[in-house]
Amino acid sequence: MSSLTISNLHKSFGPVEVLKGVDLEARTGEFVALVGPSGCGKSTLLAMIAGLETISSGEIRIDGRLVNSVAPKDRDIAMVFQSYALYPTMTVRQNITFGMESRHVPRGVQDEAVKRVAALLQIEPLLQRKPGQLSGGQRQRVAMGRALVRDPKLFLFDEPLSNLDAKLRVEMRSEIKRLHQRVGKTTIYVTHDQVEAMTLASRIAVMHKGELQQFDVPRMVYDRPANMFVASFMGSPSMNFLAAEIADGQGMSLKLTNGEDGPLTLNLAAPLTRQGAARGVILGVRPEHISLHHAERAADKRASATVPATVELVEPTGAETMVGLRLAGREVTARFEPHEAPDVGETVTLSLDMSKACLFDAQSEQLIS
Amino acid sequence: MVDAAIRATIDDAAASAAARRHFAGRVGVYAFLTFFAFIYVLPLFVIVANSFRELPEIIQNGLIGFPHSFSFKAWSTVWNSYCVGGTCAGIQHNFFNSLEMTIPATIISTMLGLLNGYILSKWRFYGSEVIFTCMMFGVFMPGQISLMPWAFILGQVGLANSITGLVLIHCVQGVSFTTLFCRNYYINIPDDLIKAARIDGAGFWRIFFKIILPLSPPILIVTVIWQFTGIWNEYLFGVVFTAGRAQPITASLVGMATGGTNVRVYDVMSAGVLIGAIPPLLIYFFGGKYFVRGLTQGAIK
Repeated sequence: MSSLTISNLHKSFGPVEVLKGVDLEARTGEFVALVGPSGCGKSTLLAMIAGLETISSGEIRIDGRLVNSVAPKDRDIAMVFQSYALYPTMTVRQNITFGMESRHVPRGVQDEAVKRVAALLQIEPLLQRKPGQLSGGQRQRVAMGRALVRDPKLFLFDEPLSNLDAKLRVEMRSEIKRLHQRVGKTTIYVTHDQVEAMTLASRIAVMHKGELQQFDVPRMVYDRPANMFVASFMGSPSMNFLAAEIADGQGMSLKLTNGEDGPLTLNLAAPLTRQGAARGVILGVRPEHISLHHAERAADKRASATVPATVELVEPTGAETMVGLRLAGREVTARFEPHEAPDVGETVTLSLDMSKACLFDAQSEQLIS
Repeated sequence: MVDAAIRATIDDAAASAAARRHFAGRVGVYAFLTFFAFIYVLPLFVIVANSFRELPEIIQNGLIGFPHSFSFKAWSTVWNSYCVGGTCAGIQHNFFNSLEMTIPATIISTMLGLLNGYILSKWRFYGSEVIFTCMMFGVFMPGQISLMPWAFILGQVGLANSITGLVLIHCVQGVSFTTLFCRNYYINIPDDLIKAARIDGAGFWRIFFKIILPLSPPILIVTVIWQFTGIWNEYLFGVVFTAGRAQPITASLVGMATGGTNVRVYDVMSAGVLIGAIPPLLIYFFGGKYFVRGLTQGAIK
C-alpha cells in the first residue's frame, strides 16, 4: 500500500525544465528522503506534492487519490518549512491551532490535540510565547508541532534542520527519527545533507538536474550507487574515482596507467560479466576501503589489491584522520584510524578492498558492477 | 626618567591642543545649527505671536516683533465670524469640510492600498507586475495633469462642488502611494507564511486578516500619516472643484489672503493659518517617530 505515488512528473518554469519525468512512490509509514545538490528540483517536487506549485504534466496520487488539481488544504498533508514559517503575531498555541481553527474543529478537540502535541514535543512551557521569543531549536519544535497536531496522510519536510547550528542539528535529527518511529506517518523529507538522508530515511531518492538518479534503501545507495553522481554525492569525503582499463579478456583485473612507470594491475573481486574491454572503466573506492597494507590482515581480505602511494596531506579530525595520497599519479583520499595515519612525504603500501569497490562505465558513468 | 617626563608633557600639550581644536569645532557646528534652526523657527514664531497680538499693535510695531498685547480675539473672529467669499461665518465650516474630506479619503485609500499591496505581493497573477507598474505612474504624475479629466468625471457623476467629490479624487490619486508603500512592505513578509497558511486551510481573506494585517501596524501608520497630511494640505483640487462654504480649509485660507478687503488683518489671518495647520502638526507630533520607524523597519524582526 503506498501513500504517495508520483508518475512521470514534469515541471517547467517557462523554457526551463526543472523536473524531467520523475517517478516515485512512498509506502505507508515510510520515510523517504529527497536528496540532491541545490537546484536539482527536490524542493520543487515537494512543493508540487504539497500543491503549492502547479504540475506541468504527470500524476501525483495521495492514498490512491489523484490530487493534481486539489488545493493544498484538501490534500490531507502537513508541512514543515525550512524557515519554520511560524506566524509571528500569534502565540505558539495559536500557531498550532490555526489550522484547526480554519477547519472549524471544536474547541475541546483542539485543546486535547494541543495538549497531546505539546507533551510529545515537550513544548508545554512555550505555549503562551510568541515565535520571536523562541530559540532556533524551539521554533523548529513548534513548527513540527503545527504539522503533528493534525493527523495527515503525509508529512512533508523542507530542509527543516538547515537553519540550526551543527550541534542542534544532530540533536534534532535524532529527535525527528524517534518521532517518526513513534508516530509512524509517511514522510517525505527534502535535504541537501547526505548524512541526514542516510540517518533518517528508510529509502533515499537522489536527484540531480531534475532527474531521479537512484531510489533505494540507504545501504544500497551508499554501497552500490547507480552512477558516478550518486557515488560522489553520498559520503564525505567523496568516493575516489580512478580511471582504468580492463586488463585481460576474462575481466579479472584492471590496469592503471602510471606515467613513465609500468602500469599497476589490480585484481577484481569478481570477474566482470559484462565485457567492456574496449572501453575504459572508472574504479570507485570509498576512503574507508583504503587501508595500510599488513601481511597478516591481507590474509583474510582475499579481494584486496595492494598499491604503492605517497602521502601528500594529513587532516586529523579527531575520530579519524583523512589522508591525501598520490596513487599512480591520481589524487586519492583515505580514511585512517588516527594512530595508523602515516606522515606527509612517506611512501606507503595501500590495500584497496576490491570487494567493496564499484566499477563505472567511463562513458555513461553508470555502475557496471 | 627625565625623558619620560618630557615626553609626557609633550603628549599632554598635544592632547590639550587637540581637545581645544575639538571644542572649537563643536562651537562652530552648534552656532551653525542654531542659526539655521532660528531661520526655520522664525516664521512659526511670527505667526503664533501675531495670532495673539491686536491688529493696531501689529500695524504700529511691525509684523515681526515681540507682542506687546495679548488677546484671543483673532482666534474667535476667524473661527466664528470672519468673512470669506461673501459669507461671514468664519472658517469653522471649512475646517470641518477638511475633516470630512480627509478622514474618509485616508481610510478608504489606505484600505485599498493594503489590499492591493497584499494581492500584488502575495497573490501574483499573470500581468500583476504590469498592473503594479501602471499604478506607479500615479506616484510620479503631477496632480494638475488630471484636473481636466476630473472636472469631466465630477460633472458626469454629479459630485462637482462637493466634499464627496474631493473624497473620490483623493482616494483615486492616493491609491498609487498606499499601494506602493504596502506592496513594498509586504514583499518582505516571507512567502512561506502564506504557503503554511494555505496548507493550514486558510483562504485569501483569512490569511489577510489573521496573518498579514496583524503584521501591518508599522506600514499602516506610515500610510495613514502620509495620506492624512497629504490630503489635508492639498489645495489645488479644493480650490478648483469647490467654492465658498464647500471649500476645504486650505482653499479658504487662500481666499482669505487674496479676497476683497484692502485691510490686511494679520492677526486673524495668523490664527486662521494656525487652525489649518493644527491637525497635520498634531499628527507629526504624535506619529512622527512611528513614521520614521515604520519606513525603516522590515516586516519580520
